[in-house]
Amino acid sequence: MGKEIKTVKDIPLQELLLPGHVACAGCGMAISVRHVLKILGGNTVVTVPACCLSVIQGLFPKTAVAVPLKNVPFASAAAVASGLKAGFRLQGKELNVVAIAGDGGTYDIGLQALSGAVERGEDIIYFCYDNQAYMNTGIQRSGATPYGAWTTTTPKGKKERRKDLGLMMIANGATYVATVNPSFPMDFYGKFLKAEEKKGPRVLIGYSVCPPGWRYTPELSIELGKLAVQTGAWILWEFEEGVFRFTGYSKRLAEGKAKRKPIELYLEPQGRFRNVLRDPEKLKALKRGINERWRVYRKIAEVYSSSTPG
Amino acid sequence: MSGTIIITGNHAVSYGAWSSRVRFVAAYPITPQTTIVEMLSDFVNTGKMKAEFMTVESEHSAAAAVMGAESTGVRSFTATSSHGLLYMSEVVHWIARSRLPVVMVVVNRAIAPPWSIWTELLDTMTHRDAGWIQVYVSNNQEAYDMVIQSYRLSEMKRVSMPTMICMDGFILSHTFAPVTVHTPEETDEFLPSYSPLWKIDPENPFSLGNMATPDYYYEFSYLMHEAHENAKKLFNNVDKEFERFSGRSHGGKVHGYMLDDSESVILAMGTLSEEVMVAIDNLRKRGEKVGALKVRLFRPFPAEEISKALEDKEFALILDRSLSYGYEGQLATETKAALHTSGIETPVINMITGLGGRDVTYKEIEKFHGLAKKKVSSEKGPFKPIFIQLKR
Ligand SMILES: Cc1ncc(C[n+]2csc(CCOP(=O)(O)OP(=O)(O)O)c2C)c(N)n1
Ligand code: SF4
Ligand SMILES: [Mg+2]
Repeated sequence: MGKEIKTVKDIPLQELLLPGHVACAGCGMAISVRHVLKILGGNTVVTVPACCLSVIQGLFPKTAVAVPLKNVPFASAAAVASGLKAGFRLQGKELNVVAIAGDGGTYDIGLQALSGAVERGEDIIYFCYDNQAYMNTGIQRSGATPYGAWTTTTPKGKKERRKDLGLMMIANGATYVATVNPSFPMDFYGKFLKAEEKKGPRVLIGYSVCPPGWRYTPELSIELGKLAVQTGAWILWEFEEGVFRFTGYSKRLAEGKAKRKPIELYLEPQGRFRNVLRDPEKLKALKRGINERWRVYRKIAEVYSSSTPG
Repeated sequence: MSGTIIITGNHAVSYGAWSSRVRFVAAYPITPQTTIVEMLSDFVNTGKMKAEFMTVESEHSAAAAVMGAESTGVRSFTATSSHGLLYMSEVVHWIARSRLPVVMVVVNRAIAPPWSIWTELLDTMTHRDAGWIQVYVSNNQEAYDMVIQSYRLSEMKRVSMPTMICMDGFILSHTFAPVTVHTPEETDEFLPSYSPLWKIDPENPFSLGNMATPDYYYEFSYLMHEAHENAKKLFNNVDKEFERFSGRSHGGKVHGYMLDDSESVILAMGTLSEEVMVAIDNLRKRGEKVGALKVRLFRPFPAEEISKALEDKEFALILDRSLSYGYEGQLATETKAALHTSGIETPVINMITGLGGRDVTYKEIEKFHGLAKKKVSSEKGPFKPIFIQLKR
C-alpha cells in the first residue's frame, strides 16, 4: 500500500523466499514467487496446492518461505484462500491472502474452485505460475500446454491449443486480471502493486519457464521469457474496471511500434518444440494459433477500450 | 432463555450451530442435508447469527473453505450427506491431519447407483479412518446437544481433532420432535470461546503441511492416534459436564438399556438403536431377558465398554445398517475385534438390515432376536452375516 517501484533499485530488499529452497536452477516459478513475496511483504498469508511450489519449500521441519503458508489439496487453493480471508475478516485482520498455484492446479483441477471464488467476489489474490504442464509429476500435458509441445503424455506434441484462462477470468468477473512475466520485472511489480491495492478477486497469470520440462538449459531462462513476449507467444496485458490494455513490449507490438520477432527464435532453444520445428505443417498451425490469439486480444482491447462509454 | 421447540433433526442441528456461536459456515446443498444450511443461511442473513455463510460451488470447496477459516482460529461448521461427503473426502482427511477441530454433520444417505435418498451408514463408514471423531445420534435432542458437545471435545487442546456427527436421513433429518434449545449466552457457560491449538498468524509465520519424509510422517499419525485416545478418555466427562449444564445425558460412549440381568444383547447405532429399545420392551414383556447397547461413539472406538457389556452374555446380535462388501457389517467387525482383544468368547450374530432406507420395525427386530437365539443354540459357528431382509 502506497508502495512505489519505479526502477529496479526500488525493489524491496527483504527476502521472503529464503535461500535453501530446492527449485531447479533457472526455475521461473521460484523467481516469480520471490518477486511476489517481495511486493506483498510480510503481512501476507499464502496457500499452495500440490505443485512444484509445494515441494521446493523444502522438507519438514524446515521451510524456505518466511510468511505463513498452508499447503492444501490440489483442487482447493481458491476455496481455502476464500476461507482464510473470511476467517481474518471475521477477526478484523487486514492482510493479503494469496493462492499460488501451478497451471494444473488452476486451468484444470482447480478451475471449478477458482471460478466459484471469482464469481463470489472473494477478496483474494490468485497467482497462477504457468509452466505449461504438470511438472511436479514429471512433465505431463495440462490444459495450459501449448499446441505442439512435447510432454510425456503428448510424445508427438500436443494436438490441441491451450485454454485461455485470462479470457475466462475476464468473463468470470474478476476485478483485476493480468499476465506477467518475470523477464519484465517492472511490468511484473507494477501489476502486483495494482493488484494489492484493489479489492475482490484478482487473478494474475505468470509466464513461468521450466528448464527440465521445456528441455532447455537454465542460463537461457530470462532470455527465453523475453523472447516469448518479443515473438508474441506470450502477451502482456491487464484488465481492470472494464478496460483492457496491452502493456510493456506487447503494447508496442499491438500499436505497431515494434515488429514481432520470428517465432523460431523462441521455439529453437526448447526441446519440447522439436516436433514442431521438424514439421512445416505443425509450425504453420502453431503460427496460426498465435495470430489467432492476437486477433482475439486486439478485438478484446477494442471492445474494452478506455473510450468505451459506461 | 432456553426453551423447548418442535423442530426437525436438521433444524436441531442448525440451532446447535447457533448456540455454539459458530462464526463461519460453508456448505453445498444435498438431500437430505439441505434444510440445515438453509436455516443457517437464514440465521446469518437476519443477524440472529454473527457469522459468515459462504455459498461455495461444491462440497470439496465447502470443506476447503472451512479448513481455511478454521486455520485462522475461527469456529467453523459444515454439513453434508452421502455423495457430498464422498466428493469432499480428500479434504475430510486434510482437515483431520491439519488437527482442526471442525464440526460437521453428515446426514446419512445411501450411495448410488441406483440413486437413493434414504438412510444408510456406508457414507460415514467409509470415512471411519479419516481421523474424525465419529458420533452416531438417534434423536433430535441428541443431534442438537452433540453439536455443542462436539465443539467442546474437539477444541480441547489434548484432542484438537474434528468431529463428524452422523444422523439418519429423513428418520431424523425431516422428523419433528421437541428439542430444548439454549441461547448462545446460556451455552457460553458450557462451551468456552475457541482457543485454538495453532492458527495462521503473520506475527508468527510457519509453513503447514510441507513435505515430511518417512522420518517424520509416522509421528504425525501417532499424534492423531494419541488425540483419539484422549478424546476417548474425555468423552464421558464432556457428557457429564453437559448434564450439569443442561440436565441431559445421552449415556456417554455407549448407552446400555436393560443390560444388568440380560442374557443377550442387541447392538445398533443411530435411529436403529431406538427401534431396538422398543423391541426390548416387548421382548421383556414376553419374559425374554434381553438388553440393548446403543453405540454412540464409533471413533475412537469404545472397545472396552462394549466388551464389558457383552461379557458373560449368551450371545450378541449386531444390527448393521451398512455393509462392507465381501465381509460383514462394520459394527460387527469392530465389536468382534474388541471381544477378541479382551479374550471374551460371546458368540456374535450379525444381521444386515435397513440398507438404502429399508424400514426396520421393532416387530422385525423381535423376530431377528428369536432367529439369532435359535441359531446360537443349534449351531456352532463361525457365523456369517445374515441378510435378514433379503427378498428372494
Ligand atoms: C487430487 C490429486 N490428483 C493428483 C495429484 C498429483 N499431482 C501433484 S502435483 C500435480 C501436477 C501439478 O501441476 P501444476 O499445477 O501445473 O504445477 P507444477 O507441478 O507444474 O508446478 C499432480 C498431477 C495430487 N496431488 N492430487
Ligand atoms: S521442474 Fe520446473 S517448475 Fe518445477 S522446480 Fe524445476 S524448474 Fe521449477
Ligand atoms: Mg505446471
